[in-house]
Amino acid sequence: MSKSNDDDVKRPKEKLSRRAFLSTAGTVGAAVTLSGSLAASTVAEPPAERIADDEKVAIPGTIAVALRVNGETRKVRIDPRSTLLDTLRESCNLTGTKKGCDHGQCGACTVHINGRRVNSCLTFAAMHQGDEITTIEGIGQPGNLHAMQAAFVEHDGFQCGYCTSGQIMSAVAMTKEPWGPEDKDVKEAMAGNICRCGAYPNIVSAIQQVRGNSRRNG
Amino acid sequence: MIEFQLITPESAAQAAQLASASHTAQQGAEIRFVAGGTTLIDLMKLDVETPAKVIDINRLDLAKVEKQPDGTLRIGALVRNSDLAHEPNVLRDYPVLSQALLSGASAQLRNMATTGGNLLQRTRCMYFRDLAYSECNKRNPGSGCAAIEGLNRTHAILGTSEHCIATHPSDMAVAMMALEAVVHVVGASGERDIPIGEFYLLPGATPQNENVLKPGDLITYVTLPAAAANSKSHYLKLRDRASYEFALASAAVIVMTEGGRITRARVALGGVGTRPWRSHEAERALEGKAASEQHFHAAADAALRDAKPQSGNKYKIELSKRCIVRALTTATTQA
Repeated sequence: MSKSNDDDVKRPKEKLSRRAFLSTAGTVGAAVTLSGSLAASTVAEPPAERIADDEKVAIPGTIAVALRVNGETRKVRIDPRSTLLDTLRESCNLTGTKKGCDHGQCGACTVHINGRRVNSCLTFAAMHQGDEITTIEGIGQPGNLHAMQAAFVEHDGFQCGYCTSGQIMSAVAMTKEPWGPEDKDVKEAMAGNICRCGAYPNIVSAIQQVRGNSRRNG
Repeated sequence: MIEFQLITPESAAQAAQLASASHTAQQGAEIRFVAGGTTLIDLMKLDVETPAKVIDINRLDLAKVEKQPDGTLRIGALVRNSDLAHEPNVLRDYPVLSQALLSGASAQLRNMATTGGNLLQRTRCMYFRDLAYSECNKRNPGSGCAAIEGLNRTHAILGTSEHCIATHPSDMAVAMMALEAVVHVVGASGERDIPIGEFYLLPGATPQNENVLKPGDLITYVTLPAAAANSKSHYLKLRDRASYEFALASAAVIVMTEGGRITRARVALGGVGTRPWRSHEAERALEGKAASEQHFHAAADAALRDAKPQSGNKYKIELSKRCIVRALTTATTQA
């Protein structure tokens, strides 16, 4: 939602960004270390069609997967070990989803799979072909914010912003889950999203506004 | 994480057949099933689990909850924890299970974690999870136990051995122990039913073996016996913070009373045992007695009589006694 995130997504390819440089360097490095090792194959072996972008650097042991992300089909070539989180960030260039603990303890990586919130760090991308994946980029954009994004801005539901996309994805999902109306219910529902800055009271306010339950203490 | 082959099977039988090539279904298995992934992928990232093949069972048709003609409830192994917690039959007939499920993990993890996977949840013992410690009999048989001489505040006090004091972390399985669930398994050589009371092994001298599953065994269903009429139940979980934390002590209690006397009691404990801990001792202390605080205390004393605390977890004896008394009080005083 911030300007820099938007720039990240739309950054022109010809400009050598920090991210583009790192991913190119990473690709070369991985090709060296993996060459000669005939690693995992999978049932997810690619159809005959071309794999966009990655064809030139098809690394032994990688697999082709097609993911439905924010309503679009993304064909990417990944290591079978790639989590959904890493695939979204590194292969789909959707960097709004954040990596915090990488062990399912912080919630920064929360995305929706088929409308349900999950920790994208604890699942392999190759397990989600055919699933509808929604990231923070898919629920609203600058100028077209989701009501929850607007409420987080209005209530100052963040400081550093690192946990925010996970908080918002979690919050959007919780409004469709069976929770009680009170603040304590929001706190329990949002327990899987840690905010080190401690913006919790404002996060609760933002969510309660969207739920139509403002100022319900309990 | 080491490299692995990801395989998607067509059927449960095929999955079992593929996995039967593993030399063990316990710690060190070179073939693993993955469902929710919340334990396995976590441990693969830590290199505690290093399977060469991972069988993705998520597309198998095992995600239904079905009331059977005989009144039992059949729960598919792939039913997610969040779905099971809100399932109408569970809410009505087995509220203790719903409470246990909702006390575990976070909403995101409950959307991922499955019924079968939760039964196989691995310990949170930090020495087991951290390869920097070479001493762990569960991960590296014969190497010793770093927890016995180390930080063991969260470790088990029941069912321990000189080789392992790791706590079983599940909440769901504790409720299922009290409900006397039956675990259905498809194996390379056919299907079988395992009462949950016989499913888990004590660590003894072989803590790497946690349950009776053999190579190729795939949990397909869990069945709950028909709900006992007029039973009252409660799941109470005590932990270091109010939410999103593993139990230091928990209790699942189910009691039937007639004229103020307890005719049937089921008591299972979490957070204190090397396996989800059924306390027949507490049940015997309750059955035939008045539903009074005096007898609840006697049951709690009976449940913890054989407890063997470590240097850092003596508090768990008193904590779990109070947990039992309060769970029984809550259960028997509700409308």
